[in-house]
Amino acid sequence: MNTKQAAASRPSLGRWLASNVFTTDHRAVGILYLVLVGVAVTIGVMLSLVMRIHLAWPGFTVPGRGVIKPEDYLALVTMHGTLMIFFVLTIGPQNAFPSLILPAQIGARRMAFPALNAAGFWLSAVALVVLLLAFVVPMGAPISGWTSYPPLSAIAAAGPGQGLGMDCWLVSLAIFALGQIVSAVNTLASILDTRVHGLTLGRMPLTVWSWLVSSILVLLAFSVLLAALILLFCDRHLATSFFVPLGDAVNGTITRHGDGSPLLWLHLFWFFGHPEVYIAILPGMGLASSLFANFSRRPVVGYKLMAAMTVAIGLLGFLVWGHHMFVSGMNPYAGTAFGLTTMAIAIPSTIEVLSWLGTLWAGSKRKGGLILQTPMLFALGFLSFFIAGGLTGPILAQPALDVYLHNTFFVVAHFHLIMAMAGAFSLFAGIYYWFPLLTGRLLNETLGRLHFWFTVIGAYGTFLPMHLQGLAGKPRHYSDFTGLASNLLPNFLPSERGVTYSALLLVFSQSFFLWNLLHSTLRGRLAEQNPWKATTLEWQPQSTLEMVDHGPYEYRNRASANESEDDFIPQWADGIDQE
Amino acid sequence: MKTLGWPLPPGPSPSWMPLNGAAHGFALDHLMRWNLAALAACLLLAHGLLAVVMLRRPATSAGSRLPRVWIVQALPILLFSVMYLSMAVTAQRLWAANRFEGAAPQSMQVEVTGRQFQWYFRYPGADATFGGIRPELIEPANGNPLGLIAEDQYGRDDIVSSELVLPINREVDLTLRAQDVIHGLFIPAMRLKQNAVPGQVIHIHFTPVATGVYPVLCSQVCGLGHARMQARLRVVSLADFQTWLASKASR
Repeated sequence: MNTKQAAASRPSLGRWLASNVFTTDHRAVGILYLVLVGVAVTIGVMLSLVMRIHLAWPGFTVPGRGVIKPEDYLALVTMHGTLMIFFVLTIGPQNAFPSLILPAQIGARRMAFPALNAAGFWLSAVALVVLLLAFVVPMGAPISGWTSYPPLSAIAAAGPGQGLGMDCWLVSLAIFALGQIVSAVNTLASILDTRVHGLTLGRMPLTVWSWLVSSILVLLAFSVLLAALILLFCDRHLATSFFVPLGDAVNGTITRHGDGSPLLWLHLFWFFGHPEVYIAILPGMGLASSLFANFSRRPVVGYKLMAAMTVAIGLLGFLVWGHHMFVSGMNPYAGTAFGLTTMAIAIPSTIEVLSWLGTLWAGSKRKGGLILQTPMLFALGFLSFFIAGGLTGPILAQPALDVYLHNTFFVVAHFHLIMAMAGAFSLFAGIYYWFPLLTGRLLNETLGRLHFWFTVIGAYGTFLPMHLQGLAGKPRHYSDFTGLASNLLPNFLPSERGVTYSALLLVFSQSFFLWNLLHSTLRGRLAEQNPWKATTLEWQPQSTLEMVDHGPYEYRNRASANESEDDFIPQWADGIDQE
Repeated sequence: MKTLGWPLPPGPSPSWMPLNGAAHGFALDHLMRWNLAALAACLLLAHGLLAVVMLRRPATSAGSRLPRVWIVQALPILLFSVMYLSMAVTAQRLWAANRFEGAAPQSMQVEVTGRQFQWYFRYPGADATFGGIRPELIEPANGNPLGLIAEDQYGRDDIVSSELVLPINREVDLTLRAQDVIHGLFIPAMRLKQNAVPGQVIHIHFTPVATGVYPVLCSQVCGLGHARMQARLRVVSLADFQTWLASKASR
């Protein structure tokens, strides 16, 4: 804080950089992370728009680049997926929000390892630059999708972009994985070691529980990814044969390889890849729990159960990776096992949804009903997408049905609802909710509501029809349907156009948000100390806190007719509280 | 094996899916339909509930304690668990029927080879035995796309086709191979999908039960020509199949 004030009194670029960019201050690093997310999401969205326009109007020419060739389309898919999953849906909930909020939420002055936190950011930033380099190297970006299955990803001759572009991808993700590992060490140590006296595990907000579990997932999953990336790099450049089988003949040329197994990559990748989904969504689930309690003025139903289910999802998350591999050539008995573990993970997820609905139900019986301010709307949107995307999970968990739906647009719809849209809505909810904490001002409610409703309509318009396209057999990664059998396939063009119009609506709805951010940062309504009447510690008045005596979600007047303003007990309240 | 005795009433396939042409497809479509219906009902129910809690504006606060009987509190989750379990069990029976055992010994043998960006289908010929292959001999330009060994007597009568032609009502045992990268054999009408993996030989079996021409696609991204890696499956009568095979063999 002192350095900030000094910089404000004597403005100079060097001082500004020292206190806002080259700093280990957790809030400043959090803002930097958000900027990184902003850059990555802007590029990722633009790439998807080009794909959507190409799918609906295949003759469309990109100014300066011409018509989208099939390899361009695959490069767009690969880069879109990589940017969104790693640099948006991981960094946002797993790095940006903890840096901004976590210390305050656990009553700590700083993180356990501020330098590691800053290092995590800089590694992520370098990783983003290296990834984007793939667009400008000869032959362009890789085309093997964000999962990069070998031998396509192991042999440069297998396609354009599989040379230098693929190397950029590998190096970028290796740096990214290192960044994730060091920042997870910091988050984990911060949660375990820097909580204020009295903030026992049983009093931690569910956001903190989520970050605790997701950081453990990061440590285990990204370590495996890092190892797999290094092995693949060795296959490409050091003539090892982890993933390339004997006699593999690409384009008539037999690679000089020993006998490796492509399936080994799938196992390593998905051992990382499935926990990664929970890394992206668990923090959003924790935030939703907190916001539902906050705007229902009711405690979370079954707080301890919710914390336990977060841990259960984390544990089960490591036992389900094979459901991405039912048709991969894996032993069919393994398909049965992974089908059952995947079905099992639906149970803790369902318990979480039922608890949220219970909290909302209790809040709706309160005088005046739920408080539908913008953060709450986005949390409700999160729940809606979580349910809509989650319910197709049990279908895809069944190997017998996945055999038809695997790699069709049904799967694309599933993960865009459960991960992308639910993830994005949790990010929006967090930004609307914590904006006053960061700027002292509130985001505009009217713009927020417009942003919410247009985004919900655009998102469902985009992703619901994809389920039907998938049921009709439309595979992923197809730039067009002009092959030998194309006259036997249904005509997807009309539905593609509907989806593309919705996607355009979805993207343009974000202008409400951008305008709101700009406008409210400069001249938004000034926020009072605790504008949402929240219970958790990040909203405590600026004074030293020595002891916590309260749970994270304590509300009074649970059954009385007169709801007072003072209906809650914040965690920073004195222990001997007057009822 | 047609319905595996499902405890649910039969019905048509979900209307968005292409017409089913495989024996196991009836059970699959049947399950798909019930799964979609059950989960769509849950979706609507949950969103109805969301609409109610968002719209409700009581004038006074009411207590909302859940009943203190554990079975009432646990009832929804028990119901959901039963639903998930029944889904897992029914689908597991179909999976086991399709995948746990190989094709019957008398089934027809066809080898499917994926290569950027083409499917090849090989029939073993009169000796019912596939000849050996060697990657060094792969030369599509010289008419040997699979690398058949010329000296191998079993390979002399092998028939290589770019079209998959099958007789109706006879089980077929597909042997999947890939030469270069992972490909995905996807025949939507046969409710069939299986990756072909370099270095692995994978078997999969099914019985076509409706004549017609169906698309064969690649479902695993395999390079710039992935979307065009398509072929046709023609299911014909036994007589037509034999005529086709004879015409291929005479060439």
